[in-house]
Amino acid sequence: MAEPVMLKVEGASKRFGGLQALDSVGLSVAKGQIYGLIGPNGAGKTTFFNVTTGLYVPDAGRFELQGRAYEPRAVHEVARAGIARTFQNIRLFGEMTALENVMVGRHLRTHTGLMGAVLRLPQAKREEREIAERARALLDYVGIGRFADYRARTLSYGDQRRLEIARALATDPVLLALDEPAAGMNATEKQQLRILIERIRQDGRTILLIEHDVKLVMGLCDRVTVLDYGRELAVGAPAEIQSDARVIEAYLGTAAAH
Amino acid sequence: MNVVSSNATRTPEWLKWLVLVIGAAILPLILQQFGNAWVRIADMALLYVLLAIGLNIIVGYAGLLDLGYVAFFAVGAYLFALLASPHLTETFPAIAAAFPGGLHLTIWVALPLAAAVAALFGILLGAPTLRLRGDYLAIVTLGFGEIIRVFLNNLDHPINLTNGPRGLGQIDAIQIFGWKLSRRLEIGDFEIAGVTLVYWLLLVLVVAAIIISHRLAESRIGRAWMAIREDEIAAKAMGINTRNLKLLAFAAGASFGGVSGVVFAGFQGFISPESFSLMESIMIVAMIVLGGLGHLPGVVLGAVLLAALPEVLRYVAGPLQQLTGGRLDAAILRQLLIALAMIVVMLLRPRGLWPQPEHGRSAGRG
Repeated sequence: MAEPVMLKVEGASKRFGGLQALDSVGLSVAKGQIYGLIGPNGAGKTTFFNVTTGLYVPDAGRFELQGRAYEPRAVHEVARAGIARTFQNIRLFGEMTALENVMVGRHLRTHTGLMGAVLRLPQAKREEREIAERARALLDYVGIGRFADYRARTLSYGDQRRLEIARALATDPVLLALDEPAAGMNATEKQQLRILIERIRQDGRTILLIEHDVKLVMGLCDRVTVLDYGRELAVGAPAEIQSDARVIEAYLGTAAAH
Repeated sequence: MNVVSSNATRTPEWLKWLVLVIGAAILPLILQQFGNAWVRIADMALLYVLLAIGLNIIVGYAGLLDLGYVAFFAVGAYLFALLASPHLTETFPAIAAAFPGGLHLTIWVALPLAAAVAALFGILLGAPTLRLRGDYLAIVTLGFGEIIRVFLNNLDHPINLTNGPRGLGQIDAIQIFGWKLSRRLEIGDFEIAGVTLVYWLLLVLVVAAIIISHRLAESRIGRAWMAIREDEIAAKAMGINTRNLKLLAFAAGASFGGVSGVVFAGFQGFISPESFSLMESIMIVAMIVLGGLGHLPGVVLGAVLLAALPEVLRYVAGPLQQLTGGRLDAAILRQLLIALAMIVVMLLRPRGLWPQPEHGRSAGRG
């Protein structure tokens, strides 16, 4: 019946000076779900992401991936454990080509060392070929295969977002965390993104999605958590969330004020 | 059919390189006709190429601005100087007793040993600077370079290890298969100068360095370095252990510096802390920036130009000096001209003389 839990966070807290950016936030993402995290600006969505992926050290919290507790202390270890992420303000390797960007994503699943690389041992050559093949396939998967040899910074905004997703997928994640992937996209691009995200889910990955665009979230997500001022405001299916009075208030202000 | 003909007309990559290397190998034979001083200039140019290739791993690939690179060069030079000169046996009777024939480390041991020791120093420098970037890293590495030099200058007491500012002399010439590279080789009527033999040794080392560096750049390690250079946080998020890879970059780059140091000491026969000043570090950084950061052909070009230019300018500076009635000092004038050349190049070609080509840009949207 119910799918096993992929990511479970309990009581995640983070304080920046006098600002309680996250106040005991928790959520539970089932395997194969698209889980939405929404909230007004400054609600703590990205902080939650950064704490979960090890970019910030949390003040408190329990983190579990696939039933195994992990300490989000080092970003690269969280990536190794199986969480890959994209960034709100795109962080690509600008001077490297699109293909090379995705190839970097294969780094943690490959093993060639100094000697193998310098001597071009057969095993290293084979691995290198596999990395390139896999990267090409991923570029095609997200639909930007024709830009493989372009420098990442020369790609259009929407394509850069796709490239970030391809790069994240290259790490073979069990959980893909997308931080506002639709920011700055036009309606057509959003539609294409939505198709891509659904396809990624169909191919067996779990997705945690931060998004500003309520329409996109409501259409895509199986379950949603709403954050406001670093606190959990509401949790539930999109339909429940949409009619929740507190959520409407947080987004639109109180009815009395108008 | 089409494929066959196009393959036949295009010169393969390796052939181009072979021609280039053979050309570089013949060069000193021509130069020595004009005097050994010219070959010596070429030797120094190759030495700087080797240094520049090493520094390029740290600065060009991994993006870690190191202003103390000359320290690794000094480590290699002093290592060889101490283990292949009479200094230690003269100063310490115990060592003299242990090695009655004197210390004469062969190049076969010295080169890998210097590479390893310099790599160790690279890690020593890298470890405390892992969290630093850009300007801050530059200042700390600059300090490191100076510390090494100050140590070399002052370790002549209480025990005389480095002989201080007087430097170390009587260093063995490099010996390969029993042949000293300081002697000239006579084949029939043809004479090959000692400096030419050193040149060939350096050329072999440079070719090896280029191959190693190129292969690293095109491996997963090289890609990880460049990812750290481009965006450290994103690199971490991709599962790259940035700490280990930065240390690896420092170690790999430093080892090239150590190897250059050995050849330098064996070639000069005398070294002193003066040769390892901050100015040298800055010159090597200038070479790779001028040529094209991170792009090997550019790095080689930049090193050759900046190493040879001062010598060529010697011939320009002389007449200019006479023109001003000797008021302009030739050495200062040379520095001035180099500075001027650098400013012009950086204004006209901010990414260096021979930067990484912008591939693919026009190929798709023709």
